[in-house]
Amino acid sequence: MADSSSRNLFAAFGHRLIEAVWKLGFVCRFFAAILRDSGASLRRFPLVIREIYFAGVLSMIIIVVSGMFVGMVLGLQGYSTLVRFGSADALGALVALSLLRELGPVLAALLFASRSGSAITAEIGLMKATEQLDAMAVMAVNPIARVVAPRFWAGVLSMPVLAAIFNVMGIFGGYFVGVTLIGLDHGTFWSQMQNAVDWHTDIVNGLIKSLVFGAAVSLIAVFEGFDAKPTAEGVSSATTRTVVTSALTILALDFVLTAFMF
Amino acid sequence: MCKKAALSRGVCAQVRAGPVFSATATRLTHTVEPDAFIELDKVSFAYGSRRILDGVSLRIARGKLAAIMGGSGSGKTTLLRLISGQVKPDSGRVWVDGQDVAKLNTAGLYAMRRRMGMLFQFGALFTDLSVQDNVAFPLREHTGLPDTMIRDLVLMKLQAVGLRGAAGLMPAELSGGMARRVALARAIALDPDLMLYDEPFTGLDPIALGTIAALIKRLNDALGATAVMVTHDVHVSLNVVDEVYFVADGKIVASGTPDQVRHSADPFVRQFVDGQPDGPVRLHYPAEDYASQLGLGGRHG
Repeated sequence: MADSSSRNLFAAFGHRLIEAVWKLGFVCRFFAAILRDSGASLRRFPLVIREIYFAGVLSMIIIVVSGMFVGMVLGLQGYSTLVRFGSADALGALVALSLLRELGPVLAALLFASRSGSAITAEIGLMKATEQLDAMAVMAVNPIARVVAPRFWAGVLSMPVLAAIFNVMGIFGGYFVGVTLIGLDHGTFWSQMQNAVDWHTDIVNGLIKSLVFGAAVSLIAVFEGFDAKPTAEGVSSATTRTVVTSALTILALDFVLTAFMF
Repeated sequence: MCKKAALSRGVCAQVRAGPVFSATATRLTHTVEPDAFIELDKVSFAYGSRRILDGVSLRIARGKLAAIMGGSGSGKTTLLRLISGQVKPDSGRVWVDGQDVAKLNTAGLYAMRRRMGMLFQFGALFTDLSVQDNVAFPLREHTGLPDTMIRDLVLMKLQAVGLRGAAGLMPAELSGGMARRVALARAIALDPDLMLYDEPFTGLDPIALGTIAALIKRLNDALGATAVMVTHDVHVSLNVVDEVYFVADGKIVASGTPDQVRHSADPFVRQFVDGQPDGPVRLHYPAEDYASQLGLGGRHG
């Protein structure tokens, strides 16, 4: 009995593993198809602009508000810790480095995955369920070039900008708490930040992170939509998978990138 | 062996003037079309282990409107997908205007599809585009025509289906029948040589159904296109099509003209035309013995 159940467990694990490898293979082939067909999409840049509006511009509110609050919390927590060591003046540096190196790219990507990634998956999944993708293919229009690639590139291009906006709003939030509410010196706040932040190490690396996160989230979102079962339940599951897989991928990639960058 | 070009001229069709249909098919007529636009030759297809089509052969002449009828899940829509190159046969060949569809590369397949229009079961309109932009979609994608000319062409297509006044509406604002007519206008936007209709009458009220049927007939005559209509609406279809093929268990089981179908004594055709619940097509899905499943053992038969 015990042998049989452990064998079944082993078989089930193996089955899941093989399925995961198959899916990874499909993702790679799908990514190759996107790159192959991107020329046609990028030549018709208004298609990408339209998707940048839906994926990027419409995400601005959640990014701005979240960035502001994250910065305010950093200001409060940072001050209460730093003041114990008599280093409250370094609050500007702490807020900026936390945001530029980690919190900005990671949180902006998580928010982007929740707001835009899920929307992209649902949209493409519904297009599949209602035969719109089939209709396009039968009209001799490549759905990868017309539907998938513009959304992918819109995500890749939007993400660094959204992360930068998140960082700026976070720094304003930290400034508001530290300088306006707590009463730290205005000049010290900015000069500490200026001294601590390095253009290449902190800002460029943060933007590279957000670019990688943008590509990962966009790829997951368009793939899950394209791969969704053409039913209501299938689209719903695909949308959930987009958010969960994106979140885990972002965090895993963040660890790898941080290990190499800093 | 028949060459593509030869087949397109119908020469091959005459050479292979033997039985067109599978051995189990009931031929209601025996005519050899000299100018086949669509030809399926011993086509088999399966989704995984589930066999859908099993050695299907049929031939549709240029300019004819053919209906493919059969029960749900009998493989009708798969036939359309094979003709449009959305799926490839496991064995056998599908020829469209002399081209072996399975052997076309992507560019060749898309070139063939530019000469083809397809009306999907529920229209498949692009929900983010207005009626006008839906109809303009294939024109914008495949022609370099200026916007003013595309606008005029779109209005002409919409006029043909009686929906010029709905040009500015979004698909969500249309009834089922209207959506189907807009999809029809979009399908004929490039004046195709081949029209494929996938269950065009499903879910329509009698007025919309009659309108769509009349439109299909009128537009097909006007375009001179070859058309394949997958449907199980027998009585409406028989009034508009030139020939009918019946599909069951993955095979063509009967075929003929609408008149031959109406007067056929074939049990399958009669069951289908008269809408009888049981006959060659069984009402019950295969299952184990009813009594034993109810736990009644051998007490009841």
